[in-house]
Amino acid sequence: MNDPVPLYMLIIIAALMVGAYRIIYGRAARLVVPSLPGPTQARAQPRHHARFAAALTGLMGVTVYLIGLSLRADAPSVGMDGLWLLALIILPTLPIALSISNVRLDFAARSYVERLAETGLMLLALVALLTTFGIVASLVFEATLFFRDVSILEFLFGIQWSPQTPIRAGGEGQSGAFGAVPVFAGTFFIAGIAMLVAGPVGLMVAIYLSEYASTRTRAVAKPAIEVLAGIPTVVYGFFALISVGPAIRDTAAWLGADVATQSSLAAGLVMGVMIIPLVSSLSDDVIRAVPQSLRDSSTALGATKSETLIRVVFRSALPGIIGAFLLAISRAIGETMIVVMAAGRAANLTANPFEAVTTVTVQIVALLTGDQVFDSPRTLAAFALGLVLFVITLLLNFGALAVVNRYRTRFE
Amino acid sequence: MSAADPTQMSTLATPSVAAQMRKRRAAERRFRAYGRAAVAFSMAALAWLLISIVSTGASAFTQHWVTIDLNIAAQDAEVPNDRRRLSDAMARFFDVPADAQTRRELLQIVSASAATADLRAGDGDAGSVRLRVPASDLMDQYLKGHIDPALPEDQRKITDRQVEWIARLDSQGRVSRQFNRGLFANPDSRDPERAGLASAIFGSVMIVLIASALALPVGVGAAIYLDSFAPQTGWGGRLTRFVEVNINNLAAVPSIVFGLLGLAVFINFFGLQRSIPLVGGLVLALRMFPTIVIASRAALGVVPASLTDSALSLGASRMQAVFNHRVPLAAPGMLTGSIIGMAQALGETAPLLMIGMVAFVTAVPTSPMDPATALPVQIFLWSGSAEAAWAERTSAAIITLLVVLMIINGVAITLRERLQRRRKL
Repeated sequence: MNDPVPLYMLIIIAALMVGAYRIIYGRAARLVVPSLPGPTQARAQPRHHARFAAALTGLMGVTVYLIGLSLRADAPSVGMDGLWLLALIILPTLPIALSISNVRLDFAARSYVERLAETGLMLLALVALLTTFGIVASLVFEATLFFRDVSILEFLFGIQWSPQTPIRAGGEGQSGAFGAVPVFAGTFFIAGIAMLVAGPVGLMVAIYLSEYASTRTRAVAKPAIEVLAGIPTVVYGFFALISVGPAIRDTAAWLGADVATQSSLAAGLVMGVMIIPLVSSLSDDVIRAVPQSLRDSSTALGATKSETLIRVVFRSALPGIIGAFLLAISRAIGETMIVVMAAGRAANLTANPFEAVTTVTVQIVALLTGDQVFDSPRTLAAFALGLVLFVITLLLNFGALAVVNRYRTRFE
Repeated sequence: MSAADPTQMSTLATPSVAAQMRKRRAAERRFRAYGRAAVAFSMAALAWLLISIVSTGASAFTQHWVTIDLNIAAQDAEVPNDRRRLSDAMARFFDVPADAQTRRELLQIVSASAATADLRAGDGDAGSVRLRVPASDLMDQYLKGHIDPALPEDQRKITDRQVEWIARLDSQGRVSRQFNRGLFANPDSRDPERAGLASAIFGSVMIVLIASALALPVGVGAAIYLDSFAPQTGWGGRLTRFVEVNINNLAAVPSIVFGLLGLAVFINFFGLQRSIPLVGGLVLALRMFPTIVIASRAALGVVPASLTDSALSLGASRMQAVFNHRVPLAAPGMLTGSIIGMAQALGETAPLLMIGMVAFVTAVPTSPMDPATALPVQIFLWSGSAEAAWAERTSAAIITLLVVLMIINGVAITLRERLQRRRKL
């Protein structure tokens, strides 16, 4: 650490809390223990008194700590640190003194300390809200800065994406340089290829493993597919780069076509493989949720197993399967490393799977890992793309959750 | 069962029904074959991935080293250029004229940067120096058989002269193949033969430790609150459900968005430095948080409510009932979920790219405030170089990462089994 002072201050707070605990515990024990065993007037045990005191001391300490930290953020000085240290040692003695006066038989320390703990737990749960708020606020803030330079309509509907061109104020280069349609098109195109692989394969894997496979097949195949889910995406990206891309190129060359190593087909195929476990585990859940009575009635009418599965089970599980697919699409759209490594950076508006296309995530990486200057339209464009990405995935997730939740109550 | 017997059916049915039955049975077989094909496809993809990475990367765990005796002539000691001194001495060693082309080829067979560093470290005096340095990536690849000497000279990277020199070194017993310690002990380098994972491993360890230290208590606490204390009715209940939906959504937000959050908040707003493990840890803590909450809630959900109820009926407070009776039973599941969350954080790359952890770091970080890279980011950086030596190293880094992930997941699973068994007794 370049500045060890804040760390020492935290150690002092911890020491003060331990001190408060021990002092109050001793006093409370002398008060409460003589009244035991037997009926006692005491409304709390010594450890509750002690915990309450330690909690109050800690709260006071952390408050002083944070105030001090923000005051010295600009110019740390020795005098400032001395003042901080003094405040940190003196102010927490107030709650200790208060706690000493509270060591009485009729003081319900337990309910107080539990109320404090519950509030603390609630604050932890609110971290989730805080994170979402942080994401939305930072994306919207930076994107607004971007839309001051580039019109939002231009961004959403323009078909020319070349952020590398320098933007001159009012110049010709400004219009069209940040039209993100090719980027969105590439994103959906690759996600589409991925879903063409992952959708049918994942669904059939789920059906086969839960309905047909022997115990031995399942014991091998299930863990293998879970391994696919645990492999980091950067590994898939490398796989697409060194194995799948060249394999596609070589196959095409053998057929007499000239294809680059980086193609949307390579990225989409590998991404599809990555998503198979997601689709299959989600579909497995919804297929299992279909009541046995439905299958039995279908079988009783003479349907074969596949007829039951397709016409009864699949049909009643359809909303859940759609939900699973929506989640998988959202995952494919947000996937970064595979496309960064295997899809290319040039923004082509094409439906040819053998050409390189670019995606939202690739562009975010390209824009933010290049130059270090912040607040240029180039870097701000990354946040605008991030906002679009966030909104799209959010809508897909909400849609999926809504469909799945409606489905869940259907058979109950 | 007998109803499904085709011979019996055909005696009962008209020919058209029999034909229809044949069609339906064929459809059944086809459907089954599709299922088998889907499973086979997934397993084949996994096998192809693992085989291609292991076959490229396995040879990077060993490396060739060369010992050469150099005679640094007195007049050479004056030459300020280390590479010039080295190549002149090597020309004398191999007994070849020291023209520009030869010098270039000579420097291509040993790790020139390692050799010049060793030369500098020596006293620099005239006389005989024995150098033991890694072979260059070119020579290493050739000796490992990745370059085919049967190709015509202009179609391979190594020249005939270099092949001859290497053969001469080999016959003198000056080349040895040993475990590649540098792969784990060295920081990153521009030269593949000297590049290692040390700074990436240290960076990853710090990032994951910081992220877990933050996300574990917060995530578990939030899960316990939502499970046992959050209001279920009225406005409080609405807020609870909003928080729950929020957490589910956060878990599905693309990880790169967390990187953007970290860039905007920790680096731009709070002014923390780029590419330090502290920021990486903070970002991945936010990423891990929803995963841990969801896993912990699932673990808490399977503990029977009757346990808490009986504690409550004996006079325990809600807090005591939950923390003394509900949480301990859910602990194994929460632990497993958290460890799996850690494993995910270890493989996370995109958010770290956003906060600038793509810097070329040649020093091993010693504190969370030093610039560092992480293992997956190092893989990404190395994968960008086209040479075979880099592909080999990248695959070796991937093997390392996958082995670590396997160990972590294995620990998580055994721990859960152990703890659950002890609970039952």
